[in-house]
Amino acid sequence: MERVIVAMQDPDMGVKMRNQRLLITVIPHAMTGNDVIEWLIQKYNITEEEARHLGGLLVQYGYIYPLRDPRSLLLRSDDSPYRFQTPYFWTSSRWPASELDYAIYLAKKNIRKQGELVDYEKENYSILHKRINHTWDFVVMQAREQLRASKQRRKADRIVLECQEQAYWLINKPCPGAFDVLDLGPERCNVLSSRVALIEHSRRALGRNRVKSSICLESFMKYSEQYLHHDPIMSGCLPSNPWISDDTAHWTINTDMVGTPTRLRVERWSFSFMELLNDSMGRREFMIYLEKEFSAENLCFWVACEDLRHGESSKIILKVEEVYKNFLAPGAARWVNIDSKTMERTLEGIKRPHRFIMDDAQMHIYFLMKKDSYPRYLKSELYKNMLAKAIVPQETKKSVFPFMRRQRHSSPSPAMVTQATEDDGKAKGAGPTGTSSTTNSQI
Amino acid sequence: MRFSINPEMATQEVQPNETLTNLKAESDTLKTKLEDERAKLHDVELHQVAEKVDGLGQFIMKTRRTLKGHGNKVLCMDWCKDKRRIVSSSQDGKVIVWDAFTTNKEHAVTMPCTWVMACAYAPSGCAVACGGLDNKCSVYPLSLDKNENLAAKKKSVAMHTNYLSACSFTNSDMQILTSSGDGTCALWDVESGQLLQSFHGHAADVLCLDLAPSETGNTFVSGGCDKKANVWDMRSGQCIQSFETHESDINSVRYYPSGDAFASGSDDATCRLYDLRADREVAIYSKESIIFGASSVDFSLSGRLLFGGYNDYTINVWDVLKGTRVSILFGHENRVSTLRLSPDGTAFCSGSWDHTLRLTHWASGS
Repeated sequence: MERVIVAMQDPDMGVKMRNQRLLITVIPHAMTGNDVIEWLIQKYNITEEEARHLGGLLVQYGYIYPLRDPRSLLLRSDDSPYRFQTPYFWTSSRWPASELDYAIYLAKKNIRKQGELVDYEKENYSILHKRINHTWDFVVMQAREQLRASKQRRKADRIVLECQEQAYWLINKPCPGAFDVLDLGPERCNVLSSRVALIEHSRRALGRNRVKSSICLESFMKYSEQYLHHDPIMSGCLPSNPWISDDTAHWTINTDMVGTPTRLRVERWSFSFMELLNDSMGRREFMIYLEKEFSAENLCFWVACEDLRHGESSKIILKVEEVYKNFLAPGAARWVNIDSKTMERTLEGIKRPHRFIMDDAQMHIYFLMKKDSYPRYLKSELYKNMLAKAIVPQETKKSVFPFMRRQRHSSPSPAMVTQATEDDGKAKGAGPTGTSSTTNSQI
Repeated sequence: MRFSINPEMATQEVQPNETLTNLKAESDTLKTKLEDERAKLHDVELHQVAEKVDGLGQFIMKTRRTLKGHGNKVLCMDWCKDKRRIVSSSQDGKVIVWDAFTTNKEHAVTMPCTWVMACAYAPSGCAVACGGLDNKCSVYPLSLDKNENLAAKKKSVAMHTNYLSACSFTNSDMQILTSSGDGTCALWDVESGQLLQSFHGHAADVLCLDLAPSETGNTFVSGGCDKKANVWDMRSGQCIQSFETHESDINSVRYYPSGDAFASGSDDATCRLYDLRADREVAIYSKESIIFGASSVDFSLSGRLLFGGYNDYTINVWDVLKGTRVSILFGHENRVSTLRLSPDGTAFCSGSWDHTLRLTHWASGS
């Protein structure tokens, strides 16, 4: 913020300042709210809305203060006069504000005009009076001195100094309930590091392989292009975006076990092997295909390894035994074909089972499926049929009566759904979903 | 005369501050060398490659839902896999589960601490995790029995020595990854509360983390007050890559959907994109008129758009490829503290210090 403020005060390129009228007094070196906004628009090439927002923040944080109506820290886009706060009073330089100074300020206000203090200020005043009572004589004396000195100034200067001070205290001791710009969240502390570790890390990093930028960056283009039609924000979604139309059809036709999937969904399975496996329907279809090819044990093995990796610590030993029995033991019912070196290593590791013991074997099988079975699946009749019968939902025409909002139906909470949903997902159509939802509680 | 760098081998005659000076000199030299190596393969800029891509048209952003109910600053939120439920946490210790579609509140828990800075939804949708100034991460199973006190079933999983800044379930309900103000990240077994792995390497508070959507599912990235973004191997606990180009605290990190890159948002008012294969920063998203820090970032489904929530109450949307800002959204009345796209990319939810959460959709103008 201070960078912006300094730029604004630049004698050549900054905001034009001139004498502004405040009632009958002429204030030098001031600018209008409008000037500020215009300058921001010009300098940063932004819209008026953004300039007003940015300017407003500058006022809220105390870098610019209003001369007219000084209690209200707003930037008005008219000819209201404003001035730059002197750096002495910047929030960054003088925070936290001292109690003594605040007491003197409030005392000045009290003496200058009875009833000038607002409620919360009166409260603060009496609290301070109790707390630093021992120096109260000093406070009052200082207040009187400062008031006397200011009476000897020109009216314009006096007004400016009063506004300056007022703005500073409005920010540092805001009215309760009002916005507090000094609220920064919990403190972040710093911990010292080990230089030796840093050196080790840098040495390792120097040895790593890197890919040319041109190759890496091309992949971003390709990815964005490939997923363009799948991105609801870029390309909309069919039949309609539930958040706009209040119609959950888009979600119901894309549930895990719906009868007929959408075309976009089936297409996505061809983008990468991960996409296929991440979709439970895709995974199921792939399993059917592998069963035809008599290599379903690969996928079963992979699933079992995932379960081991992400499951409870207490079940690790049991799961490793199961995996060994079903997939790795000689003569196992679903023996998987891993290369001998990996097999040896895995069997050795099983003697001391831990969560990641199957990683090498799992990786081997994963890449086997990815390089071999997956491409063939995409060329298979099974996949082609899936793609052919996949539906492309009709786009919902915008309703004739747009102001009649549709009923927003609740859905069963996942916490309640323990069984796999029925295969007859199609029957769930566009009607109200969710039946026994207990979810209408206003907590 | 060159002294040995390894302080353990330092002789009696070596003054401690001389060894420290040498250490610093060596680490600085290595850093420069590393930058040079990275620069060698940097043959083109992202916006240059993106010249041939079509520009984005006009976009209109509209807030579709406003969730009111938190009595204080909203600090964090997360989506449920069902694409419509969310969990959010706030400064006054409240954690609320909403059905954002109907705006109904479904569950509410009051934590015994204030500033609940982290919350996460379990992949199954049956539990939520949260934590903050209590230095812990607790898991609450979601019960549908209205009479049941959720707090009674709470499970304390993670224990740090400073505040919890972020948490995330890994691929299942059984493990949680946490980051903390004590400078470390940690992986925990939910059932037993056991520490499975800890990650040391940040020099200051770790503020954020994100799991990689990769095939092998073994890495995550974290960002901290030391201006560094580190990529970790979950198995070994090693830091495998590190990036230090930000000029201030990194508040948020998020992977690009393909897993080959990640974006970060920082107090230095910029967002940056780092490519993992090129091992370098490849884009900076900044504008002179944006002078407040970015608190939270997320990508659209295709990775073409980057959404950033900022401390000046706005949300700026960037064209990831071209590096330009495509839109700015006003609407919140205080800092935007958290921002996430829904799992199917149909809308994004932003939480703010103005006590509300807003669901916004961005549509191409016709």
